[in-house]
Formats: sequence, C-alpha cells, structure tokens
Amino acid sequence: MTDDSRPYGRRAFLALVAGGVSSLWWANPASRVLSPLTSGVSQLAGNLFPVGGWRIYTISGSMPIFDPSQWRLQIDGLVRRPVSLTYDELRALPRAHQVSNFHCVTGWSVDGVRWAGIRLQQLLRLVDPLPSAHAIRFVSAEEPYDDSLTLEQALLPNVMLALEMDGQPLSRPHGAPARIVIPEMYGYKGVKWLARMELVAKQPTGYWEGLGYDQNAWVGRSNGYSS
Amino acid sequence: MHWVHAAAFLVLLATGLSLYLPSLAEAVGRRPLLKTIHVYTAIAWAIALLLVFLVGDRRALLRTAREIDRFDADDRAWLRRRQAPQGRLNAGQKLNAVITAAFAVLFAFTGFFLWYGERDTRFRLPQALLVHDWLMYVSLLLFLGHLFLAVLYPRTRHALSGMTRGWVDEQWAIEHHRKWVEAVRQDAGHADPGVRGTG
Repeated sequence: MTDDSRPYGRRAFLALVAGGVSSLWWANPASRVLSPLTSGVSQLAGNLFPVGGWRIYTISGSMPIFDPSQWRLQIDGLVRRPVSLTYDELRALPRAHQVSNFHCVTGWSVDGVRWAGIRLQQLLRLVDPLPSAHAIRFVSAEEPYDDSLTLEQALLPNVMLALEMDGQPLSRPHGAPARIVIPEMYGYKGVKWLARMELVAKQPTGYWEGLGYDQNAWVGRSNGYSS
Repeated sequence: MHWVHAAAFLVLLATGLSLYLPSLAEAVGRRPLLKTIHVYTAIAWAIALLLVFLVGDRRALLRTAREIDRFDADDRAWLRRRQAPQGRLNAGQKLNAVITAAFAVLFAFTGFFLWYGERDTRFRLPQALLVHDWLMYVSLLLFLGHLFLAVLYPRTRHALSGMTRGWVDEQWAIEHHRKWVEAVRQDAGHADPGVRGTG
C-alpha cells in the first residue's frame, strides 16, 4: 500500500448506508419522478416482471383454484332470502364498469385499473337484508382471510364485486372469479377469491385488523398515513 | 467467506423473487413459508459471518477489510479507466465489496420493518418496501455483472480459480494484480500459496 491511499472504502460504505436510511424519506417523491421510466421497463419485460406495478400477496400456502362447476357465492346471515349463486348466475346480473386506482397499505399503487362487475346493491336486493343488518363480512376461499365493510361503505359509488380486470376475467392471482373492490380504501379490504358474503349486525375483526391494521382503511387517512 | 455470501445471496434472491414476481408467486405459492425462509436465511447469514470471524483467520479478514478500505492513486486512476497496476483486489472489486456490504445492512434494516410491519402495524414503515425493491434492482444488476466477469468474460474469469481452488496463475496475476505479486515476492521467504507459477 502506498502512502497516498485514502479510506474511500469506509467512506463509501457509510455514505451508502446513510443514503439508504435517509431514502426512507425521499424514496417516494423520487419514485414518482422515475416511475414513467420504470413502468416503461416493466412493460418491455412483459409478463415476467410486475407489469404496471401489481404485486400479489397471499396469506396461505397456495391460491384457491376456481372451478366453475363447483364454485358458489353464498350470501347469507341477517337476510330474508339467503342465496347461493353460480358463476353464470353472477355474470347474468347487471354489469357495472369503472376505472379506479388501487392502493396497497404497504406503499405501492396501480393507477387506472379497469374493473367490471356487480354493484353490491344488486346482490343485497337479491337477499333482502333484515333491519338488524349493518355490515357485510366478506369471506375468502383463501382461509382464514376475511374482512368487512359497513353497509354504508359497501354502497359507496365505486364499490363493486369485480369479475373482470382490464378486460379479462379475473386471473387466479387477482382473486378469480370474484373479488371486492373499494378504491377509497387500501387493498386488504378488497377480499379476493370471494366465497361468502355474510350480513351481520356489527363489523367483526378481520384478518388484517387482527394484526393491528385499521378497520376503516381510508387511503391516505388511516394506518398511519396522513396526506 | 465468499461462498457463505454466495449461498445466502442466492437463497435470498430465489425466495425474494418468488415473493415479488407475480408469475413466480403464482407458480411457487407457499408465501408464508418463503417469507420465513427468506428472513431466517438473512439471520443465518449474519450468524455465519460472525462465526467465520470468530473461528477463522481474523487477521487475514481484517487485512482484507483494510485492503478494501484503502484506495490509492493507482486505484483512483483505474476507476477513471486508466491503466494502473492493482493490488490483490482491484478498485472495482473493492467497490463491489463496499456496495454489497452497505446493501446488506440496508436490506436487513428495511427487511426488519417489512417483517415486523406485517405483524404489528406500528412497525410498518411506508417506504421500507420501496427501498427494499430498489436495493434489489441494483443488487441484481451488480450480481449479473459480477457473474459475467467471474464466469464468462475471458480476461477476468480466471479469478474464479482464486475463489474455488485458492490459487491463480502467476502470469495472470502479474497482468491483473501486479502490486500483489510484487508484495508476495517481497515476502518470498514466507511463501504465500495464493500464487502459483506456470512452469
């Protein structure tokens, strides 16, 4: 080693670690600037990389498999007429379309998602909820995932039971055949692989709520976010 | 030491990608198991490093650490893409080591918040995921470059011999790490088995 050597190694190490930790503060704004570039790259990579920014989360060992001949959507609980709908019966109901943004509580979003599905009013009309019903519990085929919305939240204009995403029937990772969509709340409220809707008097503690996440998961106004 | 890093990195990369890429997530499934493997591999890696340090040749390790830290005029010239004689580790290798070490710390830091944030929302740092992602993108690029130079690129791939067999060809070392050969020859009495003649 000659005398003119400088301790760049440790300086670079410390600078990187400090820069990395500090990036927790500037990562989001920086990413907004860079995102046209990164999503362009994503699109080039086609289906290999998370196109458009989707990440697929599950809580169990494997995703439920949709078998159209066996699948039923149960709607029961505090209702006058419980029903068990087949996939075809569901598809026959009046269809709604919307374009909305999807936000995950972990910090990523996908903008401009095209959903097609059934407004919850349509489904509630089929079962005629009792006056004692104030909330809906959504049960996933992926056990033990469940979540809930108050009736008032369930009837918001952009809430639906989605059957299609971006022009295609829901794929398996995205919750085939049906998932709840509520754009004003974080994605964990939108139960995938929906198997049952239960009308209840009071919102129960759902899967993520049991781990401390907010029941009323309004985007930007819950779970520690404030914007 | 290098192979502890390599093994851990590959397991973390494989499990990480299966958590991250939708196509793999669907094919592999087993998300909770993958997360567990991912986290415990990281912890095992840290413990393994500690063990190597405690049980191995600490002096040699510290010597290497000092080498990595010091960039002399030749190193700096090399980084500016000028020809300059290099030591046992060239400036690029030193940089790679520094970046990898810093990233390991940052991965662990953000990973801690990802792991605990899922279990207790008070630990959920909104940007942890984004930073962990970007560390992964850059690491992947560095890793591919590393593999290219170590396995494919004819001028540098002989270095792999140093990692697998513990020695390199003397002529190659003179060309790529001249100052190291000179230092070794100076200590000729204390034979360093790291260089072998071609004769």
